[in-house]
Amino acid sequence: MEHKGVWILAEQSRGRVQRISHELLTRGRDLADKRGTDLTAVIFGHEIPEDDLRGLIDRGADRVIATAAPELEHFLVEPYAACMTRILDEYRPEIVIAGATSTGRTLMPYVAVKVNAGLTADCTELDIEAETGNLLQTRPAIGGNILATIKTPNHRPQMATVRPRSTRPADPQSGREGEIIRMPAPKELLGGRIRRVDFAPDEETRGLQDADLVVAVGRGIKKAENLSLIDGLAEALGAAVGASRDVVDRGWLSYPHQIGLSGKTITPKLYVGVGVSGSIQHLAGMQTSEHIVAINSDPEAQIFRVAELGIVGNLFDVVPVLTEKIRKAVQN
Amino acid sequence: MRIVVPIKQVPETNAVKMDQETGAMIREGVEAIVNPLDLYAIELAIRLRDSHGGEVICISMGPPKAETALREAIAMGADSGVLISDKVFAASDTWATSHVLAEAVRRIGRLDLIVCGERATDGDTGQVGPGLAAFCDLPVATYVSGVDSIADGSCRVRRLVEDGYEVLDVELPAVLTVVKEIAEPRLPTLRGKQRSRKVDVPVWTSVDLDVDVEKVGRTGSPTRVVKIFSPKVARECEKLPAESEHAIEAAAGRVVEFLKQRELI
Repeated sequence: MEHKGVWILAEQSRGRVQRISHELLTRGRDLADKRGTDLTAVIFGHEIPEDDLRGLIDRGADRVIATAAPELEHFLVEPYAACMTRILDEYRPEIVIAGATSTGRTLMPYVAVKVNAGLTADCTELDIEAETGNLLQTRPAIGGNILATIKTPNHRPQMATVRPRSTRPADPQSGREGEIIRMPAPKELLGGRIRRVDFAPDEETRGLQDADLVVAVGRGIKKAENLSLIDGLAEALGAAVGASRDVVDRGWLSYPHQIGLSGKTITPKLYVGVGVSGSIQHLAGMQTSEHIVAINSDPEAQIFRVAELGIVGNLFDVVPVLTEKIRKAVQN
Repeated sequence: MRIVVPIKQVPETNAVKMDQETGAMIREGVEAIVNPLDLYAIELAIRLRDSHGGEVICISMGPPKAETALREAIAMGADSGVLISDKVFAASDTWATSHVLAEAVRRIGRLDLIVCGERATDGDTGQVGPGLAAFCDLPVATYVSGVDSIADGSCRVRRLVEDGYEVLDVELPAVLTVVKEIAEPRLPTLRGKQRSRKVDVPVWTSVDLDVDVEKVGRTGSPTRVVKIFSPKVARECEKLPAESEHAIEAAAGRVVEFLKQRELI
């Protein structure tokens, strides 16, 4: 049987479909149209509201395959992989894309091995090669120093994970037609050797990836005691606080604050870098921000290569003045 | 506990320079180091061994010089190392690498844990840990930031996800991939260094492992790199000098104006 169709892996949390699913629909619709084929959203969970599934169709899916069971409420690699492998075998899609999230980055490599498929991590661009119909997967590598385009010529499905926030979520169009298939989940697929016993939300850093405004701090801050300066600026802006790897490595802020290749990738409307030099690793995690402002004493700092506006000066002199001005501007 | 830690030797990416003309990486003078994120995996493995007994076996697939990475791990405190090296393995993608490592793990035999770094800093995929688990048919917990307890053939771990921490009970044997929060990696000791110089590091080739040579190396890998190019960066940056009090006032004023114009405040 021929492999056909483009699939996206939609994600839910506490039953609600997550934003990444809608971003993947933007990617998936584009690929399906170029390939002249259908777009399917697959989702695993428990008690997902009909409206949320309908929303996937409104945002571009031609078909939704939903598998629901109490065991699928939260991501667990074994039952998710077993259910996904089964529907991949049954439907045989040509392309499967998922978010490069904690779920996608775990499930996709596990499933790719089980179904003997090629998988490309963390793509920032996806396209269809006109002559062959192959999926062209472009991703940063070697610390973001290069971009590599990767193909999977002989294996199907072609699988890829896509960086969250690297594209806009698809807008809903009411009245789009599509089919919702409720897939039963046989008991024998739902077992596993991992049990989720608890969950502790992290209020402090939850906001970073979703924040519209981010203030990031780098080694220029010199010591942890000086971070109050950054907190003040972030508070005036209503921004979340992120950090470069240097700051996290020194223990001044915890790992979930880290922006960059080995931390979070963010695409806020505004990124303000304070005392951030702009290593390749850091740039890879923030250079797709809509607007970038940087404060650094070194006029040659790499961060200025991606910034629109750069204050060249001592952050300890600049930040208090800037914070005060922003505070006043917001009040008015 | 018998713990296997797969590690990778990578170029020191902080020092990587790119040839502006060709977009290729300039490898000359770039030091080869143990993947920095693997150090956290080695550290966790050593700590678990020290508290529960057992041994830490590091394995690395790579060219002959990757042996130095294994000796560095031994200098930190790992008990032994195995180099997995064969020309036919060269240019394997993550699928093929997972396949080879799984066969090496099979040859090692009985084990309780496989601990991996979150990803390697050169390839940056993070796919080999879960891929290895799939080939070995083991459960895998990724982004593990803490191991709370190990008892009765199960370990309780904390897993870092987007909005907090999951607490998972994972049956052993299992694969864990760990993040930086797990533990601060130790430096090699003098005694460890001395030991690492003397210890024998065996080399396993495709002959020693039950690998399908059709499924390894460049030709056996499902994915192919077809193009490499330099990313476009460089936006036009408006630089605002801020040496004097007056200049700082002006620069801060310009930033506020910029933010207002774009309705960011």
